Amino acid sequence: MATQHSRSAARIMMAPAVILLLGWMLVPLTMTVLFSFKKYLPLRGGDLGWVGFDNYIRFFSSSAFWPSVQVTLVIVGGVLAITVVFGVLLALLLDQPMWGQGIVRILVIAPFFVMPTVSALVWKNMFMDPVNGLFAHLWKFFGAEPLSWLSEASMQSIILIVSWQWLPFATLILLTAIQSLDSEQLEASEMDGASPLARFIYIILPHLGRAITVVVLIQTIFLLSIFAEIYVTTQGAFGTRTLTYLIFQRVLESQNVGLGSAGGVYAIILANIVAAFLMRIVGKNLDS
Amino acid sequence: MYSKYAFRAAATLSLLMTSSAFAETITIATVNNGDMIRMQGLTDDFTAKTGHDVEWVTLEENVLRQRVTTDITTNGGQFDIMTIGMYETPIWGKNGWLVPLNDLPADYDVDDILPAMRGGLSYDGTLYAAPFYGESSMIMYRTDLMEKAGLEMPEAPTWEFVANAARAMTDKDNEIYGICLRGKAGWGENMAFLTATSNAFGARWFDDNWTAQFDSKEWADTLNFYIDLMNDAGPPGASNNGFNENLSLFQQGKCGMWIDATVAASFVTNPDDSSVADKVDFALAPDTGLERRSNWLWAWALGIPAGTQKEGPAKEFIQWATSKDYIELVAENEGWANVPPGARTSLYENPNYQEVPFAEMTLKSIQSADPLNPTVEPVPYVGVQFVAIPEFAGIASQVGQEFSAALAGQQTAEEALEKAQALTTEEMEAAGY
Amino acid sequence: MARSITQRRKAINTAAAWAVGLLIFFPILWTILTSFKTEAQAINDPPLFLFFDWTLENYAVVQERSDYMRFLWNSIIVAGGSTILGIIIAVPAAWSMAFVPSNRTKDILLWMLSTKMLPAVGVLYPIYLIFIRLGLLDSRIGLVVVLMLINLPIIIWMLYTYFKEIPGEILEAARMDGATLKEEILYVLTPMAVPGIASTLLLNIILAWNEAFWTLNLTAAKAAPLTAFIASYSSPEGLFYAKLSAASTMAIAPILILGWFSQKQLVRGLTFGAVK
Repeated sequence: MATQHSRSAARIMMAPAVILLLGWMLVPLTMTVLFSFKKYLPLRGGDLGWVGFDNYIRFFSSSAFWPSVQVTLVIVGGVLAITVVFGVLLALLLDQPMWGQGIVRILVIAPFFVMPTVSALVWKNMFMDPVNGLFAHLWKFFGAEPLSWLSEASMQSIILIVSWQWLPFATLILLTAIQSLDSEQLEASEMDGASPLARFIYIILPHLGRAITVVVLIQTIFLLSIFAEIYVTTQGAFGTRTLTYLIFQRVLESQNVGLGSAGGVYAIILANIVAAFLMRIVGKNLDS
Repeated sequence: MYSKYAFRAAATLSLLMTSSAFAETITIATVNNGDMIRMQGLTDDFTAKTGHDVEWVTLEENVLRQRVTTDITTNGGQFDIMTIGMYETPIWGKNGWLVPLNDLPADYDVDDILPAMRGGLSYDGTLYAAPFYGESSMIMYRTDLMEKAGLEMPEAPTWEFVANAARAMTDKDNEIYGICLRGKAGWGENMAFLTATSNAFGARWFDDNWTAQFDSKEWADTLNFYIDLMNDAGPPGASNNGFNENLSLFQQGKCGMWIDATVAASFVTNPDDSSVADKVDFALAPDTGLERRSNWLWAWALGIPAGTQKEGPAKEFIQWATSKDYIELVAENEGWANVPPGARTSLYENPNYQEVPFAEMTLKSIQSADPLNPTVEPVPYVGVQFVAIPEFAGIASQVGQEFSAALAGQQTAEEALEKAQALTTEEMEAAGY
Repeated sequence: MARSITQRRKAINTAAAWAVGLLIFFPILWTILTSFKTEAQAINDPPLFLFFDWTLENYAVVQERSDYMRFLWNSIIVAGGSTILGIIIAVPAAWSMAFVPSNRTKDILLWMLSTKMLPAVGVLYPIYLIFIRLGLLDSRIGLVVVLMLINLPIIIWMLYTYFKEIPGEILEAARMDGATLKEEILYVLTPMAVPGIASTLLLNIILAWNEAFWTLNLTAAKAAPLTAFIASYSSPEGLFYAKLSAASTMAIAPILILGWFSQKQLVRGLTFGAVK
């Protein structure tokens, strides 16, 4: 279909985006890689020369490294599981006929617009605070001892906060997918006497497969690098230090740019492993 | 031609430290503490006197520190004045990143600055940042609850007394907790408190060879004592409580005692914010009979990054904000209890200020802290509740997280100390000690 | 539509959906309510829902301390500017990927997405140094460029998936009629792509508005947007729930209102090719 002419035109049209992203990726990345082979301590005079793979070895062998990878994956996995499961349920509910559908949709979509910093601050102070938080009042009302959320259930709390922010996104995409489902097929199965559960498993869920992959892919891209939610709430304490946060501590708190840069390179590798894994699934969908 | 002349004139004027006729706009990075917010509100007075405008960048402490450190280390030149602490000043001064404040005019009366503050904000005898306010830490306690417990607070109590009193005052059913202490992880949060406390227990961060000392008995005693006390007499969720959280708890009347920054005294005695304003008294931070008490020393100070184009106006601002006149100005507008404390000797000689209930105890606390000899056994570092080396902030935030997790009951004190020892050793090796 | 729905079932659906909707919205509602309380009322035990002395005092205090309009204006320029710039660059790229695919197209697309995974803090120092060199620190234009670059992969991908759903026959027909490439894009493709572009635009305004790492670290006084505004309220001394709530409400209100008004447009194109 494409002519030689349109092919070269296409190349020209793609050029700005590709060049910009290449620059955006290569310049900082090259600098990060460069720094990662150096002893670079801003508070001790900056660049103190080449050190080979020292930073990589140190970062990798640090006792904080593997736990941080694990925490990252648990948060990403936890949030994905919650948003997909509840997203599907919520999408099914919103697809039903009801009064005030538009308003309900507005209510559900709202958390997506809230700045991560603000949502973390609000959850931390006004809900999870063990003395003045609403949860504490609720617990006391039922005669229970208020929970100190961010220390006793730190991971769950962070997953809750992040899930709250991303649930609207998942719900919206899944809802659009459900709405595109052929209603005749559903009706036919209903007449055949298929139970609602069977209909869900054999008709709706397969139809949603593609939407779920998209939700998983997009959210993973954002979730791998979540930062504000942890910075505001636990600052990485109580076993919530993600790889991103660990790098932050190395670069800005310890002021060891070389070590942090090596961590950055590891984070890129981890992201690409996760991405390659996901792309394999999504890539198929992109083809079709 | 004109601009050249103007430049020279401005330079001459700024050298003379008189108010320049050329209005400039200076950018100041500061922390969102009450005293700084007040200073922001009074900027018009500075503009009226000098003609210079001020742009404020007000940030929360952690964000501020990260922001100014990035800027100073890369010579970014975003700020003409930075609000920094006693930890940063000597390190930055040593690196030549700050403009030395050794040419302040006579009427500024630099010798009036409290010696402890001046010492902590100098490197090699040169002052690099002027203290806006200074603080130590002390006990703030509820007189009514102390009386109810049948006890009397001495002026200089021991930790043993404090612990007994805290347990006696605690009434968890009514949400009264005998003692509120910092538990939130952070080198300026729980580690400031615990490092200062460890001094009283005879512990230290490093020995003379820069070997970490968390495996010592003294540190184990400190941490176990703290955790036991907090479990018995502390508020719930203490491992998330920093200065602000505890202040709010104390103001709500939920703490019997609170050991924290002396500047908090003006907040807890202010009837607008505090429900217990008339039932508060003060005492020195506790000791254990060794020669050191558990109080720290800190100052928020104003420094000028080397390389700024607006050194002259920046110096004028510092002279205005840290002057005796500024204190008078705040006193006129907000009352003597709200002036920035802990920076100048003359303030504590002022009869108006001596009437303020916490003035005397604040001064005594400041004077009893010695950043040059902070511990019982000798150490190679300067700093009471911190170690003035560039690596400290990074190490102490991580150690703070381990201690905070121990307070939350997620690990034992021994496990926390073991991890602290390992990670400190690791980081010190990475830094090349 | 042969299926008849009983009123009862509709009522149950309505009740359930409203309950869930309000539950999800509650944290925002609570923040807005708290912003109208006094500090003492904000921590009242039991919590006060509607019956308290409504006050605007917190908004006055916040406004007095920080000039809200300046931060708001910066947010608008930075979020809007980066999105528009991004769309201008992304439309041709997405067009060529969707309609003139080569065997490398998919790889290029995946590579673009992978640039989003670079952890921001790892490149803070390099970017800061580059910004000093270029004199871009604390400038809106610098932020516009950075935020555009951060979101460009998402923009391109969204547009690509949207363009792909436009049937190729229509373009071919236009080509048969002798339309040039330019005409094809301007008069045939663009009108069909408006919903997709609109929702891409909205999504990216939201993402840029809420970006809190670069906007905080690359600005000082002049270009600081609302994320910096919030950073001065996150832990003041003493009681601060009401003030924090007021500042939070001010920071999220513009984007929340924009989102609500345009939610139909946002939803229409927000499929990422998920719907076949």
